[in-house]
Amino acid sequence: MLGRHYLTKIVRGLLTIWIIVTFTFIALNLSGDPVDALVGDQASPEVIAHYREKFGLDRPLWQQYLAYLGSIAQGDFGLSLSDQQPAVSLIAAALPHTLRLGLLAFSVGLLLGIGLGIVAALNRNRPIDRFVMSFAVLGFSLPNFFLGILLILLFSLHWRLLPSSGDATIWHLILPAVTLGTHFAGTFARFTRSAMLEVLNKQYVVAARAKGVPRPRRVLWHALPNAAIPIITIIGLKLGDLVAGSIIVETVFAVPGVGRLLVNAVTSRDFALVQAILIMVSITMILANLAVDVIYTLIDPRMRAARAES
Amino acid sequence: MALFWPTRRGVETPVKAEARYPALVVASLVFVALIVVVFLFADVLAPYDYRTQSLINRLKPPVFLGGTWAHMLGTDELGRDVLSRLIYAIRFSVLVALGGTTIGAVIGTLLGFLAAHFRGWVEEAIMMMADVQASLPFMLIALALIALFGGSFALFIVIMGFYGWEVFARLTRGVVISANTQGFALAVVALGAPPWHVYARHILPNILSVLIVQFTLNFPQVILLETSLSFLGLGIRPPLTSLGQMLGAGRAYLMTAWWIAILPGMAIFLTTMSISILGDWIRDRLDPTLKSG
Repeated sequence: MLGRHYLTKIVRGLLTIWIIVTFTFIALNLSGDPVDALVGDQASPEVIAHYREKFGLDRPLWQQYLAYLGSIAQGDFGLSLSDQQPAVSLIAAALPHTLRLGLLAFSVGLLLGIGLGIVAALNRNRPIDRFVMSFAVLGFSLPNFFLGILLILLFSLHWRLLPSSGDATIWHLILPAVTLGTHFAGTFARFTRSAMLEVLNKQYVVAARAKGVPRPRRVLWHALPNAAIPIITIIGLKLGDLVAGSIIVETVFAVPGVGRLLVNAVTSRDFALVQAILIMVSITMILANLAVDVIYTLIDPRMRAARAES
Repeated sequence: MALFWPTRRGVETPVKAEARYPALVVASLVFVALIVVVFLFADVLAPYDYRTQSLINRLKPPVFLGGTWAHMLGTDELGRDVLSRLIYAIRFSVLVALGGTTIGAVIGTLLGFLAAHFRGWVEEAIMMMADVQASLPFMLIALALIALFGGSFALFIVIMGFYGWEVFARLTRGVVISANTQGFALAVVALGAPPWHVYARHILPNILSVLIVQFTLNFPQVILLETSLSFLGLGIRPPLTSLGQMLGAGRAYLMTAWWIAILPGMAIFLTTMSISILGDWIRDRLDPTLKSG
């Protein structure tokens, strides 16, 4: 049953989130008394007792745990320790910056990577292929923080063409998006090339050629959809890299997104904010992987059959 | 057409030495060897102590930009010799990557053995943890652990050790479960050997090659992770140094002294690229299905 396949996936996802939330609860308790951090060591016992009661720290641990689970289920992640604002609103303010940069970088990487991969596959072992593959190796071996700094050095400081910090205009987004996208372009080019090489030798492509189907239609219509499954698998696997990459790239280019918020929270050891970001990113990742799984069954009838059986 | 009928190289065609050892592979091998030498003999090779500051010698250019041979790769904002810092940065980065990868491999392999031995809920719990770890980018887990425990050097290596354990656990569990049903393992059990003896003496040697390959795959990943975190100022911190930390600190001087940031960046780039070129080459040679074409 297809429905059962998704039900298991959803249950596993919920279980994963529960484990992460439980870990952050344990971590929060290990990280020391938040009241001490809040009131300082000069406070009178009455003040401390007041805050302990206010935060529910005087209750038994299992009650605190249930209260914690309850507040997270309602989307309440508590207050940031450093500026006493709700963690959720800090994240909500930063999220549009991250999404804009991430989507742009991912699309650039995807289009460039798939395009280059197809070109390389069609010109297998020719100079163009070697050139594209060298670019691919370069793309995923260059650490993004180093690529970002090279681009700043050349385009912002040396040639003075593009701004290097913030994301106020589209011009500001070019360097960070290229930095983040190059890594994906390299990976996608490599996988598209090998997936295309696999299908280009299949008999249905040969048959289409024998029928006189023109080459662009043969490549884009007959071959590419059949090469899509491994490419989509890689897209799913690379989402984690997108999250990790934007942490770095946002810091390099001073983009006020979630990644930079996280780095600042870790630097000031604001664990309340860190746990909120951790839990929200994991929920996003699990949903994204579920979406990739749905896309599989939408584009490939064979997958639908296989999943319905299992 | 060559596109549809790939020419197959016959058995009788001799393979040239150049095809067996492409120039790029040789260059990568030489570079990795160089890194190993620098790691082992950093204290002999470095002309200065990496912490010695000299305020009159600040931001001196390297010799190829008109500097002197006294500071071949120039000096940084505190007048420290960049070459010496680079050499020690390589030592610290490799040390963390070695330590981290080893811890991950040992923990993962042990948990894999436990899962395969006990099966049942122990296996379920271990595989569950592996799934949780695999569902999150490790960078995020590492940042959370750093926020929680702070940034001492020893603790940082332990945190790096959490990277990739789940791959080792899955690999080991799979191989041990299938090995347990094979004749040689059953025979030793029948002879009365205790389980740990079977695992350590008979099964571990059989799966060692798989684990070593996985080790070489994880190693450059941990280098990238360490340099990224140190670049953000959250990994290896001053007075210690690492390639990422040098790059992060040199970022502020890009305008006046680009070499402080670019030289360690090149070192990271060349190291990870060399290791991945070597890894690809070894994998292609071991995989018979990739031989033709």
